[in-house]
Amino acid sequence: MNYLLFVVFPYTCLAIFLIGSIYRYNKKAFTVSSLSSEFLEGKKLFLASQLFHWGLLVLFFGHLIGFLFPKSVMAWNGQPVRLLILEITAFVFGLSAFFGIILLVYRRLTDRRVQIVTTKMDFVVLAILLIQIISGLLVAYTNRWGSAWFAAFLTPYLRSIFVFNPQIDAIASVNSLSLKIHVISAFSIIGIIPFTRFMHFLVYPLDYTWRSYQVVYWNWNRKNIRVSRAHREGQKSTNN
Amino acid sequence: MDVRSQVSMVFHLDKCIGCHTCSIACKNVWTDRKGAEYMWWNNVETKPGTGYPTKWEDQDIYKGGWEKNGDSVSLKGAGKLKGLKNIFHNPHLPVLDDYYEPWTYKYQDLFTAPEGDDQPTARPVSLVTGEHIDVKSGPNWDDDLGGSQDYARQDVNFKDLSPSEQEVMFQLERMTFFYLPRICNHCLNPACVAACPSGAIYKRGEDGVVLINQQVCRAWRMCVTACPYKKSYYNWHTGKSEKCILCYPRLESGQAPACMHQCVGRIRYLGVMLYDADRIHEVASTKNDADLVDAQLGIYLDPFDPEVIREAQKNGIAMSTIEAAQKSPVYKFVKVWKLALPLHPEFRTLPNLFYVPALMPGMASVQDGIYKETNKQFLWGGIETNRLPIKYLSNLFTAGNQNKIVEVLKRLMAVRWHRRQTTVGDVEQEIVDTAMQEVNLGAETADAIFRLTALATFDERFVIPPAHREESIEMLENTADVKGNTGFGFKEKPERGW
Ligand code: SF4
Ligand code: SF4
Repeated sequence: MNYLLFVVFPYTCLAIFLIGSIYRYNKKAFTVSSLSSEFLEGKKLFLASQLFHWGLLVLFFGHLIGFLFPKSVMAWNGQPVRLLILEITAFVFGLSAFFGIILLVYRRLTDRRVQIVTTKMDFVVLAILLIQIISGLLVAYTNRWGSAWFAAFLTPYLRSIFVFNPQIDAIASVNSLSLKIHVISAFSIIGIIPFTRFMHFLVYPLDYTWRSYQVVYWNWNRKNIRVSRAHREGQKSTNN
Repeated sequence: MDVRSQVSMVFHLDKCIGCHTCSIACKNVWTDRKGAEYMWWNNVETKPGTGYPTKWEDQDIYKGGWEKNGDSVSLKGAGKLKGLKNIFHNPHLPVLDDYYEPWTYKYQDLFTAPEGDDQPTARPVSLVTGEHIDVKSGPNWDDDLGGSQDYARQDVNFKDLSPSEQEVMFQLERMTFFYLPRICNHCLNPACVAACPSGAIYKRGEDGVVLINQQVCRAWRMCVTACPYKKSYYNWHTGKSEKCILCYPRLESGQAPACMHQCVGRIRYLGVMLYDADRIHEVASTKNDADLVDAQLGIYLDPFDPEVIREAQKNGIAMSTIEAAQKSPVYKFVKVWKLALPLHPEFRTLPNLFYVPALMPGMASVQDGIYKETNKQFLWGGIETNRLPIKYLSNLFTAGNQNKIVEVLKRLMAVRWHRRQTTVGDVEQEIVDTAMQEVNLGAETADAIFRLTALATFDERFVIPPAHREESIEMLENTADVKGNTGFGFKEKPERGW
């Protein structure tokens, strides 16, 4: 059972994610969009979207740092004060994401115009995000202190997944339902990326920061075409 | 010198009759689709008025365009820092209600209503929600000064007119207006392109048309804010932004854009301008607003100058395009005759749509109950007492430079004096000569201006360079493949993503 949940399932999700997103990005590019509904309703969205996105963004990078640099996180946590600061900050951002998504759900359910552009997939997305955020908050609250044991338990497990040598003993032995749910739903989120608007975080426009402001495309080869040799006077359509 | 060619336009406002045929032509061809109902890539506004979307010119609200920043310019409401910071919620995005909620009528009810004592009615229903709505505004709610207290009075261009000056112009017998048709300006320094985080918007090198790649747009909505003319629109259904494409599929096959082809007043001209791309940044960063018009005129090159021709050819501009530039009506109106001005040059996007300001409605006056066209006694009398204050016009077309407006109006006036003399002959020759001399116009030029203004044929008004499809890639796409879609080259239905 554990093998199924923590080995087969993650790999399935990752595979679907990889193949699916590459396919959709290349073949169905028109459907890749953040599908913003700010144009239809901008006021309620302000607080909801800001709380939600910034909360999630910070938490995502927090997890990423814990995953990539477990040692530095441990070192930072060496002093209890610092550990407390880290935990409280993370929890605050978790709450921010939580209130954000509650407001988003409320907006989607009540605003007439937003309802028009709401699809079934939007509810799947919201539901799975709710599960993810609530389970994360529970983990943080009940299994203190997450930032301390994350590096010890989860990082090795996640690493083992990514080096194709899955070690599930540590995670399987953990006696916390919310943590297990959190991990599973995290992989599910990755798995449904190609089928939902989650695609938009793959195309976050980082390259905007280094590209030049103006963009000019040439369809002709500027060097080759001087006076075209292939050109001959055709019949111009007559307009009057 | 980096010579490039740009398809540019002139709209002659004296000739616009405000019929909205252009808007309908465009709507029928491009934006008659779900999510695009509210878009008018071509719209015609009454000036004075608040326009569409409401008060679009007020950049304190919408934060569009570029603003001076030291020796350079930066985007007012978007850009790398501001754009990425506001990506989750863009505080300056105009929302549906700033445009209007599009609607249709339940025509079927007229036929299916049960027999009764009342006439059946076709009630308006929203094209967004499909529910009954009370229509409260539309894209031309203030047409012909309708509801002036709420609209014309709120015109942003009155900002530095004193209350008494405004009072004078709103007296019933002095009131006047003109029409301002607007499309995307296909700017040389487009703010929409610069603001797009995805890099989906681009300017075509060959003809300068600014397009949004629908496959790359991710609905970050920054172009909508950045375009000071509000000519980039967000399609709420597909989750993609769209804008005027200058009917490029038509241009490439030698046809004029739909709005121009249909224009009843024949106010529209289209032609190639050669310009020096190396100078874009310098010109956009011109120190004083008042110098912007002259600075922009300076960037357009003389297509007869052998050096320009040489440099153009070196840059891969086909000889046929250079020839088109020489015949360009836009070049004549803008550079040679200096009659056409850009709209709101202070936005610093270097727009490529120029307007010949309307002369007539403003100059005519009613004295002692008699309608007088112009005042014979005082040569430029009509200009000084223009019913549309020069200050107002200068806020629209010259970034506050009043001399420039007077110059243009005087030239237009001189042509009128000259033609009156030629055709009717009831003006003293002296008046005509003084008028022509003062603005440096020869009889021949005046006749040429008259010809191109009043008599020009289709092919004189639209000088479209050959597209050289044999050399192109994008342009080679088979038009039959993309028939019936929206002109962006969709190979799939423009359906909302999931
Ligand atoms: S008018 Fe607006 S949309 Fe058109 S090119 Fe200029 S900035 Fe872009
Ligand atoms: S079709 Fe021509 S005359 Fe009529 S409103 Fe449009 S620009 Fe003016």
